[in-house]
Amino acid sequence: MNPNRLAAIATKEIIHIRRDVRSLIIVVLMPAILVLLFGYGVSLDLKHLPVYVFDRNGTQASQDLLKRFQSSNYFRIAKVANSYPELAQAIDSGKATLAIIIPHDFSERLHDGGPVEIQAIVDASDDNTANLAVGYAQGVLQGYSSDLQVEWRERRGLPRQFVPLSTEVRTWFNEDLESSAFIVPGVLALVMTVIGAFLTSLTVAREWERGTMEQLISTPVTALEIMLGKLLPYFVIGMVDVGLSTALAVYWFRIPFRGTIATLFLSSALFLIVMLLLGFFISVIAKTQLAASQIALIVTFLPAFLLSGFLFAIEQMPVFIQYVTRVLPARYYVSALKNIFLKGTPVEMLYADLLPLAVFALVLVLLATRAFKKKLA
Amino acid sequence: MTAAVQPALTIRGLTKSFPGIRAVDGVSCDVYPGEIFGLVGPDGAGKTTTLRMLAGVMPPDQGSATVAGSDVVHDPEAAKHDLSYMPQRFGLYEDLTVDENIRFYGDLFGVRANERRARSAQLLEAAGMSEFRKRLAGKLSGGMKQKLGLVCALIHHPKVILLDEPTTGVDPVSRRDFWRILYNLIAEGVAILTSTAYLDEAERCHRVALMHEGKLLFLDTPAKLKSGFAKGVLAILSSDARRMKEELKRVEGISSLVLTGDGVHVVIEDPVRRIPQIKAQLVSAQVPFSEMRQVVPTIEDLFVDAVTSGRSGGQG
Repeated sequence: MNPNRLAAIATKEIIHIRRDVRSLIIVVLMPAILVLLFGYGVSLDLKHLPVYVFDRNGTQASQDLLKRFQSSNYFRIAKVANSYPELAQAIDSGKATLAIIIPHDFSERLHDGGPVEIQAIVDASDDNTANLAVGYAQGVLQGYSSDLQVEWRERRGLPRQFVPLSTEVRTWFNEDLESSAFIVPGVLALVMTVIGAFLTSLTVAREWERGTMEQLISTPVTALEIMLGKLLPYFVIGMVDVGLSTALAVYWFRIPFRGTIATLFLSSALFLIVMLLLGFFISVIAKTQLAASQIALIVTFLPAFLLSGFLFAIEQMPVFIQYVTRVLPARYYVSALKNIFLKGTPVEMLYADLLPLAVFALVLVLLATRAFKKKLA
Repeated sequence: MTAAVQPALTIRGLTKSFPGIRAVDGVSCDVYPGEIFGLVGPDGAGKTTTLRMLAGVMPPDQGSATVAGSDVVHDPEAAKHDLSYMPQRFGLYEDLTVDENIRFYGDLFGVRANERRARSAQLLEAAGMSEFRKRLAGKLSGGMKQKLGLVCALIHHPKVILLDEPTTGVDPVSRRDFWRILYNLIAEGVAILTSTAYLDEAERCHRVALMHEGKLLFLDTPAKLKSGFAKGVLAILSSDARRMKEELKRVEGISSLVLTGDGVHVVIEDPVRRIPQIKAQLVSAQVPFSEMRQVVPTIEDLFVDAVTSGRSGGQG
């Protein structure tokens, strides 16, 4: 290993990045854009769902019930409708996610001791939202129900009903149950995949494509020097982007950060090395930039997005897919990030996340160095 | 070339096959310090593959080659400090400036900064490119690109230089600069092996070899090749050379026909004796022609004759 030759390759690579607008945008702006996008745009929380109501009873009792919906954070009464067709049209056009119909004999039947059936129509085209909406609506109705019961018993001088169990929930790690606290740390995994695998997948392929590789391999530079020299600039850029993204998450989105900076950078360095080697390996095999970038997208970015636990919990995936996620480096990094950000897990307790990453790194070092030869086919 | 001088490049039985084709078939030759050796041949003759094997970027199937004393077959990396290889495709970085490209290659070969500056100033001057040092390589003309490639290839004072059709597509002025730089190198004792598609360039080499279907057919100095040619050449000037060439194909005993700028070269045995017969043929076919005389064969005549008459085995 000759440090001067290594420096020559790295310097050249930095010039390539500096003079290529696309790379420059990806390197400088992409991390911020991703953090902002996921910080603001993607929220898995259900809040202020639009609700249409059709109150066929129109009494104090029915108004009380509707107020409960209105005062809940989850719903917003968008309109008081006057007919069924109006409700149906609102659901069809997406103006309402939920429609509630209070029957004409609501107050009378309540007075007689029930039961009363409240009809609810839900737009289930997004099953996740529909499930949550139904759950929240049932919660509101149940709360109203039990309050009525207490009132009813008190009025008759009956003792309070025996309640065998009650739960008192303490939410740990993400006290406000904000999904942004769950999502934003995972954005780092996306940033690392793009910098590490996507950008580097282009570097070697570009040299083959433009014919510069033939001249390069006729010089005394070694294969290892080419590999390290090309990856080093991206490693530095990736680490800087980790810092920037974390700062944005913590200071702008107020995501809790309970771990240590050292643990964060150590875990990120490990994952970034895995991504860099994977990008390099893809680049060596693909030989054209188009093929390399497409392979990199499919092998690294999509799994990091969909299967890493970044947006969707792995425990809720089909069992087969859960097994698949075990061979995805991003899964371990996302898990480490959530542990570091939200739980403040110390580095020695992160072995379940970091050990697999180290194994990936080792395997890829072997693959990449074996695949890249100073030879033409 | 005195007997005491060791060849800078020795090639013995070099062979390389690709699926369905034997690209290089038992090539042997030596190139000496201070010599420009020209490898001439049609596309697909195996010139590029030969140069790639010598540059240590493609392993041969059989044979051996030493470059500047190092065995490039068994240890391709050993020779690379003393070697310079310029591939046919522009091998430099278009988004780097002239100076940055030179510096990159200087650094890869461990050339010191002050040494590099002096050498690049001198080479750029000779290439007529001193004022383009800050220009991006991608913005240079084709000729300038090739000259920059040569400057980068020479920055580390190589002992052996391998050039693959370096002047293809290059304007005449740049070609002249290019050859002037090559001649200057000979004085430094450098051995140059260049392939070329231009047969007039072959005449400027110290020795040339014709490569055809992976084999070397002729190998000697241009003068000896011409004087040793058993056949003769008739030059016929005509305003309609193509039609004349077609007509001449009917004449028996003609070995081969080479189109020139203003007529046709007829390669034939005992040319002077055949003049009346050829004239009669052209007159009866009403092909216009102005002059017919015996000339000294060109390298092109020799090579075209060798390739078209399918005759193999020269002095190689």
